[in-house]
Amino acid sequence: MAREVISSGNELSALAAVDAGCRFFGGYPITPSSEIMHEISDLLPKVGGAAIQMEDEIAGIAAAIGAAMSGVRSLTATSGPGVSLKAENLGLAQMAEVPLVLVNVMRGGPSTGLPTRVSQGDVRQSRNPSHGDYRSITLCAGNLAECYTEVVRAFNLADRFMQPVIVLTDETIGHMHGKAVLPDLEEVQNGIVPRKVFDGNPADYRPYGVEADEAAVLNPMFKGYRYHFTGLHHDAKGFPTEEIETCRKLIQRLEDKVMYHTDELELNEEYMLDDLTGADGEVLIIAYGSVSLAAKEAIRHLRAQGIKAGLFRPITLWPSPAKRIKHYTDMIKNVLCVELNIRQYTEEIERVSGRLDLEGLYKVNGRAISPHEIVTKVKEVF
Amino acid sequence: MAFNYDKYLRLDKMPTLWCWGCGDGVILKSVIRAIDACGWKQDDVCVVSGIGCSGRFSSYVDFNTVHTTHGRTVAFATGIKLANPDKHVICVAGDGDALAIGGNHTIHGCRRNIDINLIVINNFIYGLTNSQTSPTTPQGFWTVSQKAGNIDPTFNACNLAIASGASFVARESMLDPKKLERVLIKGFQHKGFSFFDVFSNCHINLGRKNKMDSAMKNLEWIDSITVPLSKWEKMSPEEQLNVFPTGILKHDENAKEYCEMYEEVKSVQQGKRKVITQADFEKKI
Repeated sequence: MAREVISSGNELSALAAVDAGCRFFGGYPITPSSEIMHEISDLLPKVGGAAIQMEDEIAGIAAAIGAAMSGVRSLTATSGPGVSLKAENLGLAQMAEVPLVLVNVMRGGPSTGLPTRVSQGDVRQSRNPSHGDYRSITLCAGNLAECYTEVVRAFNLADRFMQPVIVLTDETIGHMHGKAVLPDLEEVQNGIVPRKVFDGNPADYRPYGVEADEAAVLNPMFKGYRYHFTGLHHDAKGFPTEEIETCRKLIQRLEDKVMYHTDELELNEEYMLDDLTGADGEVLIIAYGSVSLAAKEAIRHLRAQGIKAGLFRPITLWPSPAKRIKHYTDMIKNVLCVELNIRQYTEEIERVSGRLDLEGLYKVNGRAISPHEIVTKVKEVF
Repeated sequence: MAFNYDKYLRLDKMPTLWCWGCGDGVILKSVIRAIDACGWKQDDVCVVSGIGCSGRFSSYVDFNTVHTTHGRTVAFATGIKLANPDKHVICVAGDGDALAIGGNHTIHGCRRNIDINLIVINNFIYGLTNSQTSPTTPQGFWTVSQKAGNIDPTFNACNLAIASGASFVARESMLDPKKLERVLIKGFQHKGFSFFDVFSNCHINLGRKNKMDSAMKNLEWIDSITVPLSKWEKMSPEEQLNVFPTGILKHDENAKEYCEMYEEVKSVQQGKRKVITQADFEKKI
């Protein structure tokens, strides 16, 4: 059973969080993400949770991490400037392995940029918002329904990998009102996979003493398992250490716990790609987020005009679906990357494909890319 | 019978990284005794610290402990407390932590009057990082970042907390641990934001260049700048400027506590009562 609703992307993100078991929100007003806070401030107290508007972006994520440390699924939402401010605490959550979902409704940047207009300028930022070595997990919603489903997925991934998960949406879908088909509430609730907990003798508990590719096992606070959270390099029980091997293993594990399990993260949409064979004249468009809506329409127009085109759309942006991108870029010569930034993801596609001849359509004036622009570009370059 | 600290200490983390003669250990013992006196179970207490010498406080005590980013203790604690209103949350921060980089969170924690206990270990200097000026460094003191002498005016932390709306504000020093303990107990038991400005010594990184190169000399200086509130009140305004009153400076038991008010928000959203209006608050302008 599915639910049909009329809503906006931001409201759906808030609803998704609550449906996924989120019971705490800490945030700060920022355009164009504020509606997430508006909506969840109504929803959470209804189900016994709490939402708080903090004094700044830093405090917004700090409160959310605090609640998450105590064992509560927590959300924060913001836009680019807010991510810049939250970056240090995102790093703490990476280091201390605290699950958290951050929704970034992207607007034009850098700096204050174009607060009320669309952009995908935070894609590169979302890969490494904070200093140091770790692997960010970033999902990117491409339509209204995914503002819901990707937030739900993010909560489960955050608890699986014990780290922050960023969900990128943008001003266009954040503020878009329309029909969305959502999974049934029961299905969402049945799909909740809570974080692992240790139920043995507290004396034997080693929250960070896990295998080299595993996430920390952090029990909720106040339940008899007292340990230590820190942003410092730490040992198996969470206490600061400078012991050489312990430090090395910790940071390597932050990398490996994600990169050894990318199969659990990867999610792509392959639109009208199944009849592409690699023949001359075929066109592969790579786009993500709201841009993919225009790309799909462009593909329908191109096909009506006899140009065989298809879309590859990564939904999990980081880690990137390297093998799948390589598969298609090896097969199809004419590749067009379409982004609302300047080559931020194209550079990743170049890296994984080993190709430097990709065409691109980039727009950084705060306006959406139209299907017509994509069609024109395809005809111009191929 | 002697008080048994061992139950509350992570003995395998000893010795602390604090310098010989540092006051932080004295404050740690007073905090432990106060928690014990309140009858709080270790599992029900969360200690949150920031960055600096005081930041290590949380790793030495056997509670649920969180060592956060610089200055953000109160912000993290707000999430922990609001998500777990029946638990006890104690923040330990330094003067740089709580009053400089984290000043905004201190102000707004006080304003919300959320039931968090913020202990500012105030040693008038950035001690861990070798003597940079802090918001409480007296003017004219040598610091490594102001070798010509500090020209920055000094924060009165308690005045800030009172003005920001904290409902319990006290100042003590580590010179009298028993008095500190009594004040901590009162503040811990108070329902609302409790702010403690606790003077401590740093003869290593404050004292050595400011003619206080031993713990005793540093403590004598702290003694010289503190007077009990009752005595301070009888001083002339000019005399009052040179010293800090100690004791409980504010204790408002009627102030609304944030988590309790949030329960009202839940009632409204769950349709059990009408919206909160100004009439729900005692007007004090």
